[in-house]
Amino acid sequence: MLDDITLKDHNLERRIFLSRLLIGGLIAGLLIAFLIIRLVYLQVYQHEYYSTVSDNNRIYSQAIVPTRGLIYDRNGVLLADNKPSYNLTVIRENVPDLDASLGVIQNLIELSAEDIEEFTQRQRRRNVPFSSVPVAFNLSEDEIARLAVNQFRLPGFQVEAQLVRDYPLGAPVAHAIGYLSSITEQELRQVNAENYAGTHQFGKTGVERFYEQILHGQVGYQIVEKNARGQIMNVLDRNDPVPGEDLVLHLDSELQLAAWEALGDMRGGVVALDVNTGGVLAMVSKPAFDPNLFVGGISQREYTALNDPVRTPLFNRALGKYSPGSTVKPFVGLAGLDTGVRNREYEIEDPGYFHLPGDSRRYHDWTWWVNESGHQRVNLAKAIYQSCDIYFWDMAVDMGIDRMSQFMGRFGFGRNTSVDISQASAGTLPSREWKRENLGQPWYPGETLNSAIGQGYTEATPLQLATATMVMANKGQWHQPIMLRQVGLEGEAIQHQSAIPDVNLNNPDDWNYIHQAMQDVVHKGDGGYRNNGSAYPYIAMLEQMPYHMAGKSGTAQVVGIAADEFDRNAEVAERYRDHALFIAFAPVENPQIALAVFIEHGEGGSSVAGPIAKQLLDVYLLDEFGQLKQEYMSESALQQLSSLQQAAEEGEQL
Amino acid sequence: MTSSAFVRQLSGNMGLEKRVSIWERLNLDLPLLFALAVLVGFGLMVLYSATDGNQQELRRQSIFIAVAFLVMFIVAQIDVRVMRRWAPLMYLFSLGLLVAVLFIGSSTNGAQRWLDLPGLPRFQPSEIMKIVLPLTLAAYFSRRAMPPRFKHIFWALVLLALPAVLIAIEPDLGTALLIAVSGIFVLLLAGISWKLVSSALGAGILSIPALWIFYLQEYQKMRILTFLNPENDPLGAGWNIIQSKTAIGSGGLYGKGWLNGVQSRLDFLPEGQTDFIVAVLAEEFGLSGMLFLLMLYLVVIGRGLYIAAVSSDMFTRLLAGSITLTFFVYVFVNIGMVSGILPVVGVPLPLVSLGGTSIVTLMLGFGILMSIHSHGKTAFRYVD
Repeated sequence: MLDDITLKDHNLERRIFLSRLLIGGLIAGLLIAFLIIRLVYLQVYQHEYYSTVSDNNRIYSQAIVPTRGLIYDRNGVLLADNKPSYNLTVIRENVPDLDASLGVIQNLIELSAEDIEEFTQRQRRRNVPFSSVPVAFNLSEDEIARLAVNQFRLPGFQVEAQLVRDYPLGAPVAHAIGYLSSITEQELRQVNAENYAGTHQFGKTGVERFYEQILHGQVGYQIVEKNARGQIMNVLDRNDPVPGEDLVLHLDSELQLAAWEALGDMRGGVVALDVNTGGVLAMVSKPAFDPNLFVGGISQREYTALNDPVRTPLFNRALGKYSPGSTVKPFVGLAGLDTGVRNREYEIEDPGYFHLPGDSRRYHDWTWWVNESGHQRVNLAKAIYQSCDIYFWDMAVDMGIDRMSQFMGRFGFGRNTSVDISQASAGTLPSREWKRENLGQPWYPGETLNSAIGQGYTEATPLQLATATMVMANKGQWHQPIMLRQVGLEGEAIQHQSAIPDVNLNNPDDWNYIHQAMQDVVHKGDGGYRNNGSAYPYIAMLEQMPYHMAGKSGTAQVVGIAADEFDRNAEVAERYRDHALFIAFAPVENPQIALAVFIEHGEGGSSVAGPIAKQLLDVYLLDEFGQLKQEYMSESALQQLSSLQQAAEEGEQL
Repeated sequence: MTSSAFVRQLSGNMGLEKRVSIWERLNLDLPLLFALAVLVGFGLMVLYSATDGNQQELRRQSIFIAVAFLVMFIVAQIDVRVMRRWAPLMYLFSLGLLVAVLFIGSSTNGAQRWLDLPGLPRFQPSEIMKIVLPLTLAAYFSRRAMPPRFKHIFWALVLLALPAVLIAIEPDLGTALLIAVSGIFVLLLAGISWKLVSSALGAGILSIPALWIFYLQEYQKMRILTFLNPENDPLGAGWNIIQSKTAIGSGGLYGKGWLNGVQSRLDFLPEGQTDFIVAVLAEEFGLSGMLFLLMLYLVVIGRGLYIAAVSSDMFTRLLAGSITLTFFVYVFVNIGMVSGILPVVGVPLPLVSLGGTSIVTLMLGFGILMSIHSHGKTAFRYVD
């Protein structure tokens, strides 16, 4: 060993080595100091920033969408339900080849290029790795099965369930209940956006819209800790959502479906009200749409079909404004009596036409078009049940438009009296003031004649007609039309205090007079020929009725046709045909239900709308044996019944 | 005169009643041993948290640590200067293994690094080279006058390049670089002129574009680009470094507490048990824990440098210096990479990261240091 190092200068070598070692040690020390500076920078200066990043990494606030309240009819029949729907979702990180997988899926389920584009957008927007993104919504059972069978070819994809709205009765209740569809920016601004975190649907029409906030409930939150794969490891805090309230409506789904059936292929609307509460028993508009279409997102083709300009299935005819025609006559007649313009004995001689004092222009009664005659001697009752225009024109000239208008307003014409019907309209109740304000024109006397028979400017919705009929049936006592009966199946029935003052007559017996006239519309079998204006030949003449029905038809002109152009044998194009209307309440002695039937271009108020009204009254009032339900009988009828039963029992005992 | 008698006489002359302690008898260096033991214990504690309390992993690691300390103890008993004679043979043998691994090695993740020889545990020949190369170069220079002449430097570089290239071919660029670094340390300590060092450095910098175009693999380029801008691809390549910086930064001064590091426990931190374990430590023990760790490393490095400085002959000086400085490079590269000041290279945190072979190699190195210290002192006395 010694000979190896003899030639070396030990001291020099040692000096060189030590200096090099010192330099090495110094550099190492400097670099360690550099590391420490780096650590101080990260752990002291940027500590807060990285703490936030770390918390954002792991802590997520998740909105828990409350379960939407269900909607029931008065008998507990489910009208709006929540049912599970199945979506296909994917966690991108678990998919080896996304394009290939999407190709496989396209062979299994319907997935358009647009759907894939939308999915790509969603995929791009996500900011957490290992989070799942929906690919396709609302899978059918078939599709779920096909996906399940091919699961092994689709790593990273899975079918997830969520609750969506379901309307078991479909189209017949669509306009009454409304529907849910994707929430819009505008709607989100109307509500507390925080409460709608995670909610994707919003009530668009009907009850779903009016009671949106009550049905929706209160959003819940949970603060969760997730790991890097997006799995929830820990729930740090949870604030349970408050589910939406269940609603029970006045709606009677049996009556609703009966009205839907009764309308058949015709277009029209029906509104039926509970006379005791103002509750809406039925609100049908036909044609309608399947509200379930909107829930899962409606396709362009389906939406185009719903925008048919003639059928307009999205338009609610029960709330549409139409000329009420002769259905206003009981109310105008009552106005004549109450204002003292006419009394019950007053009669006119009706030649079939009328002209204003000092005016040679002839106004023809509807009978003129039938047989160029009039109603001969007519008093108010006959003018109502035979629907004599001449009597009303004569009376209207004496009453004047303003007194008529004022009186009609007390029955809800010209204003929206509904409590919770979102798209209800005020209709039009013309007066001098109305015309000046809205058209900037003076009132002409001829227009008073039109108003007296529900034509001209006068417009009312089937809901308004049903409401006025209900007030008539109640002898002036008001209930505002309301959909909601109670909140929750066990809830208390809502007693809505009417904000509209009751109609008090100078002579309350006039109610009975008009009721009798309306009853005669249905039950008085005089004349025997069909064209006398009464509905008798279409209703009471056909069968024995176990109760008395009061009603009034209306056949409203859609276009005016001059007398000299009229050809009673010509076929009128469908869109020029008259609208058919009928209002009714029953039983006359103890009114329970009031309704209005409107048939678009139905031509005959008595012949087309009348039988439908009667059919619906039967559905509501009669029991399974075709007898009036006991709870709807008047006191005298009940007494009669019990004495009959007593007599029968006594007879048996003997 | 026996050595113990000499020491006794020396102590007596200096007026010190110094007795030979049990540690000296066992050829162990107490400060080094103490620092290493604390380091390993602290490492196990962090590892326990990083593996989510995985008993099995912990037991495996403990066994490796025990084996590593045994290896250290055995090596410490051998007079290192014996190894100088065997250096050429060991070098050729190791080189042979590196060649063998290219042909009969088993590959994992596309790299052929492991050798499965019958009757032996699976091992990486590059691990052996980590010790053998500095040993060989130290032996080479210790026989020559210093500062080394250009010819010697040239042959030393050849000795250095052969294993480095073989390892780079596997490919294992990180290890190749670190082995080259351990050899370069020998050169630097041997007194290679600064002029040469600076011109080599200049040439190295100039060759970077060529390396980038012709040599670096796609994934390696990716790592470097990611290092320069991790936010470019936060969910992909940048994920590791963003998450490790987040773990470190969110630890703050005192950390979130042992077993409370959410970044690793929720799996945000990849490689939390191996290369990125220091992020777990930083998150749970904060800056104070990191300073403690760095202090332990400084003790080890300082003691190693001291042993090199007081060592008697050039062979042991160069060997001890190279081992110590290489150890420092491991520490610096790992922590630098995890804290985002260096690109991601696969370097574990010495003595802490999960993984048996690296601990055994490291402890073998420290065994050599102890041997140098223990036997070198006596040698110094003999030579003088």
